[in-house]
Amino acid sequence: MVDVTARTIETAVPPAEVPDVELYHPKSWLTTWVFSQDAKIIAIQYSMTALTIGLVALVASWLIRLQLAFPNTFSFMDAATYYQAVTVHGMIMVIYLLTAVFLGGFGNYLIPLMIGARDMVFPYVNMLSYWIYLAAVLVLVASFFAPGGPTGAGWTLYPPQAILEGTPGYSAGIILMLASLILFIIGFTMGGLNYVVTVLQGRTRGMTLMRMPLTVWGIFTATVIALLAFPALFVGAVMMLLDRALGTSFFMPAIIQAGEHLKYNGGSPILFQHLFWFFGHPEVYIVALPAFGMVSDLISTHARKNIFGYRMMVWAIISIAVLSFVVWAHHMYVSGMYPAFGFFFATTTLIIAVPTALKVYNWVLTLWRGDIHLTVPMLFAIAFIVTFVNGGLTGLFLGNVVVDVPLSDTMFVVAHFHMVMGVAPILVVFGAIYHWYPKITGRMLNEVMGQVHFWITFLGAYAIFFPMHYLGLLGVPRRYFEIGQTSFVPPSAETLNIFITVVALVVGIAQLVFVFNLFWSLKKGRESGPNPWRATSLEWQTPETPPGHGNWGKELPVVYRWAYDYSVPGAEQDFIPQNEPPSALNGARAAGH
Amino acid sequence: MLAFLAVLATIAAWWLSQQGLAAKPWLEEGVPVGPRAPRRISTEPAKLGLGLFLAVAGALFVLLISGYFMRKGLPDWRPLPMPPLLFVTTGVLAASSLLLRLARRSAERGAREETQLALTAGAATAIVFVAGQMAAWRQMLEGGFGIAGNPSNTFFYLLTGVHALHVLGGLAALAWTFAKMRESDDLASTRSPIGLCALYWDFLLVVWLVLLAILTGFADGLGEICGRLLS
Amino acid sequence: MAVAVVLVLVALGSVVFHMLSPWWWTPIASNWGFIDNTILITFWITGAVFVAVVLFTAYCIYTFRHREGLRADYEPENQKLETWLGLGTALGVAAMLTPGLVVWYQFVTVPEGAAEIEVVGQQWSWAYRFPGPDGKLGTTDVRYIGPDNPLGLNPSDPNGSDDVIVDGGDLHLPRGGPIKVLLRSTDVLHDFYVPEFRAKMDMIPGTVTYFWLTPTRDGTFDILCAEYCGVGHANMRGTVVVEDAAKQKAWLSQQKSFAELSARGRTAAR
Repeated sequence: MVDVTARTIETAVPPAEVPDVELYHPKSWLTTWVFSQDAKIIAIQYSMTALTIGLVALVASWLIRLQLAFPNTFSFMDAATYYQAVTVHGMIMVIYLLTAVFLGGFGNYLIPLMIGARDMVFPYVNMLSYWIYLAAVLVLVASFFAPGGPTGAGWTLYPPQAILEGTPGYSAGIILMLASLILFIIGFTMGGLNYVVTVLQGRTRGMTLMRMPLTVWGIFTATVIALLAFPALFVGAVMMLLDRALGTSFFMPAIIQAGEHLKYNGGSPILFQHLFWFFGHPEVYIVALPAFGMVSDLISTHARKNIFGYRMMVWAIISIAVLSFVVWAHHMYVSGMYPAFGFFFATTTLIIAVPTALKVYNWVLTLWRGDIHLTVPMLFAIAFIVTFVNGGLTGLFLGNVVVDVPLSDTMFVVAHFHMVMGVAPILVVFGAIYHWYPKITGRMLNEVMGQVHFWITFLGAYAIFFPMHYLGLLGVPRRYFEIGQTSFVPPSAETLNIFITVVALVVGIAQLVFVFNLFWSLKKGRESGPNPWRATSLEWQTPETPPGHGNWGKELPVVYRWAYDYSVPGAEQDFIPQNEPPSALNGARAAGH
Repeated sequence: MLAFLAVLATIAAWWLSQQGLAAKPWLEEGVPVGPRAPRRISTEPAKLGLGLFLAVAGALFVLLISGYFMRKGLPDWRPLPMPPLLFVTTGVLAASSLLLRLARRSAERGAREETQLALTAGAATAIVFVAGQMAAWRQMLEGGFGIAGNPSNTFFYLLTGVHALHVLGGLAALAWTFAKMRESDDLASTRSPIGLCALYWDFLLVVWLVLLAILTGFADGLGEICGRLLS
Repeated sequence: MAVAVVLVLVALGSVVFHMLSPWWWTPIASNWGFIDNTILITFWITGAVFVAVVLFTAYCIYTFRHREGLRADYEPENQKLETWLGLGTALGVAAMLTPGLVVWYQFVTVPEGAAEIEVVGQQWSWAYRFPGPDGKLGTTDVRYIGPDNPLGLNPSDPNGSDDVIVDGGDLHLPRGGPIKVLLRSTDVLHDFYVPEFRAKMDMIPGTVTYFWLTPTRDGTFDILCAEYCGVGHANMRGTVVVEDAAKQKAWLSQQKSFAELSARGRTAAR
C-alpha cells in the first residue's frame, strides 16, 4: 500500500531558496505602527477596524430585536429607522466585518507565518488595501449622518426600490453606500492579489501545497473566489449608481409612483439580482471557507490528532469553490426568473451539500480516538460544528427549489443564514482569536472570562435562531416592521419574539466580556511562551513571540513534513513541528505505517 | 461569464494537477527534490500579480459585456451609430501598444535612449487615445445621444469610460516606471516593470478590440448565440 | 465533560422543541400539499442527520476527553469510510431532491384551462383584475396608468373593456378549479403571498410573472407582501376569500368593469 521508496528524505538542505521579500524599513513611529507595511500590523488594523464597525452592527441588531418584540413601545423606532437598522446590520456583518476579518485580518496575519514567508509579496499594496478599506468604512459611517440617513434598502439593495422615494435614505444614503462598496472592492482586490500571489510564490523551502495547513487553503481559495465574484457586485454598484445619479435605466423599468410617471424606461430589475447573487452566493463561501480551514486546525491541534482525511478536505474546499459559482440563482426561485432554471440550480445547490457534509464528517472523525483538550478554542470549534450542521441542513430546505417557495422571504430564511453564516463563522472567529492571541501578544486570554463568553454566546445564539425557524414555518415574513393583526399568527408567537429579544440582548452584552478580556489580558494575561498549544504549524515556531518584523530572524524555516504530525506513534512528544528534520525514529514510523 | 470562468478554471486545474494534490503528505518527510517535486511557478511575483489582476479586470469586462447583451435583449433598445473617430483611436491604441513592445525589446537589449523614446511615445499615444475617446464622447453628446437617453447610449459611455479609466491607471504605472528609470542608472532594474506595462497594454488593446466589436454590432451574432444557449 | 452533556441536551432539546412547538405551518388551503410533504421528508432526513452528528460528537468528546497518559490515534485517512459516507450523503440528498424536482415540475406547469386572474401590486396596496365575460384579459402598459385607469389597461384593446377591476376591496376566489395568477407591479418589487396557499411569486415591474394554484378550502385569509418594497412593506395587506364558485360569481357580477369605470371617470370629468 505505502510506497516507501518514493519518499524523498533529505536531511542536509540549504535553508531557503525563496528570495527574500524586499523588506521596507520603518523609520519612525508613524511608519512602524500607522502606515505600516508589515502584514501583521495590517492584520491587526484590519481586525480592529472590522470589530469596531461590527459593534455598530451589533447595536443595530438590538434595535431590530427591540422593535420585533415590543412594537409601538419605543419612540425612537419608526419604520424608516427599522429598515435602516436592518440594512446597516446586514451590510456591515457580511461585508465590512466577516469578509474583512477573515481575509484582511486572519489572512494577513496567518498566511506569511504559516507558509514561512517574511511578509506579503507586495507590502506597499497591502498597506494601501487597508487604507482604502478604512476609507470605505468611513464613507459608510458618513452615510449615517447624511440627510435622510443611511439607506434602508435591505442589504440586497434590490432596485427599483433601493433608489426610489419610499425607501429610507434614497437620496444620499444609497449613493454613499454604493460608493463605499466600490471602495471596498478596490481595496479588497489589492489585498486579495497579495494573498494569492504570496501563497503561490512565497512558500518556504519544502512547503508544498499539500503540506499547507487547511487554514491557508481556506483563506487562499476564498480569496480566489472573492477576486472573481466581487467584480459582479462592482458592476452592479456602478450601474445602480448611474441609474440613481444620472437617470439611466439599467435596472429601472417604466415606473409610476404616487401617480407620477418616472423618467425611467425598459430596464430589468432581474439583471441586478443576477449580478448581485453572482457575487452574493460566492460571498457565503468567502466567509465559510476560511472558517472551515481554521476550525480544522483548531480541532486537530486541540484533539492532538491529525485532521482526518486531509486530502478529502482539500478537494472538498476546491470543489465547493468551483460549485459556488453555479448556484447563485437559488436565491431567486420566486423572483419570477425563467422557471426551468429552478431544476438546474436546485440540483447544483444540493450537490454542493455533499463535499460540505464530508467536511463535517471529517471534523467529527478527527475527534474520534483523539486526546481532546477542552480548551476555550476547542469549545468554540465544537460549537461551530453544531451550529454549522444545523444551519447547513436547513439550507437543504431552501436550496430544494419547491420547498423554498413557501419558506422564501420568511423568518426561516433569516434563521437559516444567521445560523450558517452568522453564528457559525463568528464562533470560529472567536475560537481563532482565543487560539492565536498568544502568538499575537505573547499572553493568554483569561480562561474564566473565556468560558463565560463561550457558554453565553453558544447557547444564547442557538436559543435565538433555532426557534426562529418555526416562526418562518408559520409564515411570518422577514423585513416586517411589525406583523400586527393577522389571522394566522397566534399570540404565543409574540412571547417567542420577546424571548428571542431578551436572549439577544444578553448575548450582545456577553460580547463586552470578550472585548474586556482582549484588553485586560494584554497586560495581565498569563505569559504564553512561543507555543502554548504545542502545535505543529510554522507560525508557532517563530524565533520571537510575538514575531518580529520579517518573522523569522536570519534564516527562513525549512519544512520537512505536513502540518498535522500529532501523536505520531513512536515519537517522543505528541507533536512534531513542521520544521523539525526527520530523525531515524520518525522515519521508522512512516515506514511501518 | 461562465465561459470566462471555465477558461480560468481550466488554467487553475492544469496548475493544480502539477501540484500533486493526490499526494499523501503524511507519508513524505524531508524536502521534496528531484522530478517528483511539485513544480513551482517560475515567473516573478509581480508578473503573476499582474496576471491575476488581468483575470480580475477581465472578469469585470466580461460581466459588463454580459450585462450589455442581457439589456440589449429588452425591447426599448435602439442601436447607436458609432462615431468614426473610434476607428482612429483604435489605431492610436494599437500604435501605443506596439511602441511599448518596442520599449520592452530595447530595454532587453540595454538601449537606454531608445527605451526612453519608445516609452515617451507610447505614453503620448495613450494620452492621445484617451483624448480621442473624450472627443468621441463630445461628438456623441452633441449628436444628441445623452447618457440617459437610451440604454445603448449608457452602455457606450460606461464601457468606453471603464476602459479609459484602465488606460489612465496604466499611465500612472508607466509614469512611475519612467521616474524609476530616470533615477537609476541601471536599466536592468526597470526591465521588468517595462515588460509588465507592455503586457498590460496588450490587454488594454485586446479589451478595446472586443468592446469595439460589440459596440459596432459586429459581435451581435455571437451575443445571440450566447443568449440562445442561456435561454 | 459538561460540553458532552450540553450537546446531548441540545440535540434532544431541538427534537422536543420540534415536537411540542405550537408554531407550525398554517392549515393548507390549496392543492400544494405536495410541498408540505416534501418539507416533511426533508425534516425527517435532516433531523436524523443532525441528531446523529451531534450525539456522535458528544460521545467522542466524552469518551476521548483528555486524561493523564491518553494518546490519540494516528489515522490520516480512511478512504473506504469516506467513500461510504459520501455515497450515503448523496443518497440522502437525492431522496430530498427528487420529490423536490417532481413537485417543481408541477408547480411550473400550469394545467390547461386554468382560469386567469391578475394581481397588481403598488406601494403599498393590492388591486385585482378578472377577465370578464369574454374570458380574456386585455393588454396593459404602465404608460396608460392615470386617475381613471389605475391598472394601465390598453383603452384600444377590445378584450380589456369587459375586464372586472377590483381596486381596494377583497379578492374572492372560487374553490375547486385551477387558477393561474398573473402578477404585475407598477413600481417596485412585491410578492403576492398568502401563507395558507404555500405558493408565492415576486412581482416585477416591467414584466408579468405567474404561478398557479387550486384553492381547496373555504375561508378568509391574509394577503401579505413578501418582497421588501419600501417603508410601508409591512402595511401592504389584503384579504382573500375562498368560497364556492356560485357565491364567487355572484360577488364578481357586482364589481365594476373597466368600461364602466372609465365611463364614470369621463362623467366625473365633465
